[in-house]
Amino acid sequence: MTRSYPNRCILALETTCDETAAAIVDEQFKVLGEVVASQDRLHEKYHGVVPEIAARAHLEQILPVIDTALRRAGVTLRDLSGIAVAYTPGLAGSLMIGLTAAKALAVALRLPLLGVNHLHAHIYACKIATGQQIFPCVGMVVSGGHSSIYVCRGAVNFELLGGTIDDAAGEAFDKVAHLLGLPFPGGPFLARLAEEGDPQRFAFPRPFIHEPDRLQFSFSGLKTAVRYTLERIREKGELPSQLVRDVAASFQAAVIDCLVAKAVRAVQMTRLPRLCVGGGVAANRRLRAALNADAEQGGYELIIAPPKLCTDNAVMGGIAIEKLVVGQFDDLSLDIQPGLVRV
Amino acid sequence: MNEWCFQSHSPEDTDRLAETLAPLLPDRSTIALSGGLGAGKTRFVQGLAAALGVPREYVVSPTFVLCQIYYGQRVMHHYDLYRLEREQEFWNLGPEEAFAAPGLVLIEWADKFPNCLPAEYLEIEIRSTAEPDQSGSRAFYVRGHGGPFETVVARLQA
Repeated sequence: MTRSYPNRCILALETTCDETAAAIVDEQFKVLGEVVASQDRLHEKYHGVVPEIAARAHLEQILPVIDTALRRAGVTLRDLSGIAVAYTPGLAGSLMIGLTAAKALAVALRLPLLGVNHLHAHIYACKIATGQQIFPCVGMVVSGGHSSIYVCRGAVNFELLGGTIDDAAGEAFDKVAHLLGLPFPGGPFLARLAEEGDPQRFAFPRPFIHEPDRLQFSFSGLKTAVRYTLERIREKGELPSQLVRDVAASFQAAVIDCLVAKAVRAVQMTRLPRLCVGGGVAANRRLRAALNADAEQGGYELIIAPPKLCTDNAVMGGIAIEKLVVGQFDDLSLDIQPGLVRV
Repeated sequence: MNEWCFQSHSPEDTDRLAETLAPLLPDRSTIALSGGLGAGKTRFVQGLAAALGVPREYVVSPTFVLCQIYYGQRVMHHYDLYRLEREQEFWNLGPEEAFAAPGLVLIEWADKFPNCLPAEYLEIEIRSTAEPDQSGSRAFYVRGHGGPFETVVARLQA
């Protein structure tokens, strides 16, 4: 069998939520080709990710997306050394399509199947983007579905330190955006409004901030506090647009204070040399600035995934290269795990 | 249908309601939760899970993943319909299996698809009662639909 590409490379698939994505990554973590087919426009009128739409769209898009990724990479299926796929966590129907496609390719091409934890991959995006060693590190994933802090000793050795006890950070952004009457996806719209607002206008709660050793988040009460504030204002009449901006800015400041405080505390408690941050909310400009400001004082290294690798993508599935190298393969009994796995 | 109302003045009060309710629930109980954003639906499920030996922090909002399963003294299926638009999308999650299994089924935003509920279930509607402030008083309207759940409500009333 002749290969047109000298290095070993893998095809990575990502269908955990609303993006259908594929990437070809080689063993040096060079990205040969990638595609992300976004379904945002389909979802807009439903204020969120609708699973049936997501699953059906994944089914329609997965093969063209794989073909396009291969073409962009200039390789063929014969050049691949493994098939990686995110199998946890995510929407059941969506995960199923990626995993089934990956299994079919692995069987047909007689290649190793490499299961990827989507959240570990979000942290690993920091390595792929910078090319530098990231382990050991504290890893934080902040997204629509998750707000989790890990001790990451290696690519196949993640330990969950803590996470949200109710809503995820991105979920809180989206729900508060909905309360403010903003279109989907609410988070980025809210962040844009917040740029013109006063973050100190409203003193929203910052849960657990006075319990430093508690590495947990709670954004549900914050959401409720925003709701009460809006109800109070609306009782008096129309909601002035400057007030909306101030609510947005004050809410965003509260979320960011919590995220930064707990991430920094995790670094202090574990005495690890660096903090790696990924996930859709990590694209938030204010969060990035706040993390940077603290890292300068704190004397640890900070790596935040570049915005393009913060949102869901398949490139971060390159974490599977590490499994390929050590020969840690999955067999065809690998099943989807929609919920958060606590290890 | 019968009804019983519980006034909760704090999250701890809500836990007490959950603790009282947990041993009264028969196998194959479906609990339909309703009340707007921030009403305390997930908070109630956390209390119920804790009463059944599931660590509270395992119970997070299922808005994103739509369904979570907890293995306590009883198996709990925890659904969230917030993002769903059509009944078919709920059926695609395979809830019949959960309805048929021994254990409990909790459904947040259940009022979106009343037709998807089993014939017999316990309804819990949560309403904010106090002036809008952060002290968070809530009224829990617990309604029994069908014989076994009317019995549950009758025992709460007693």
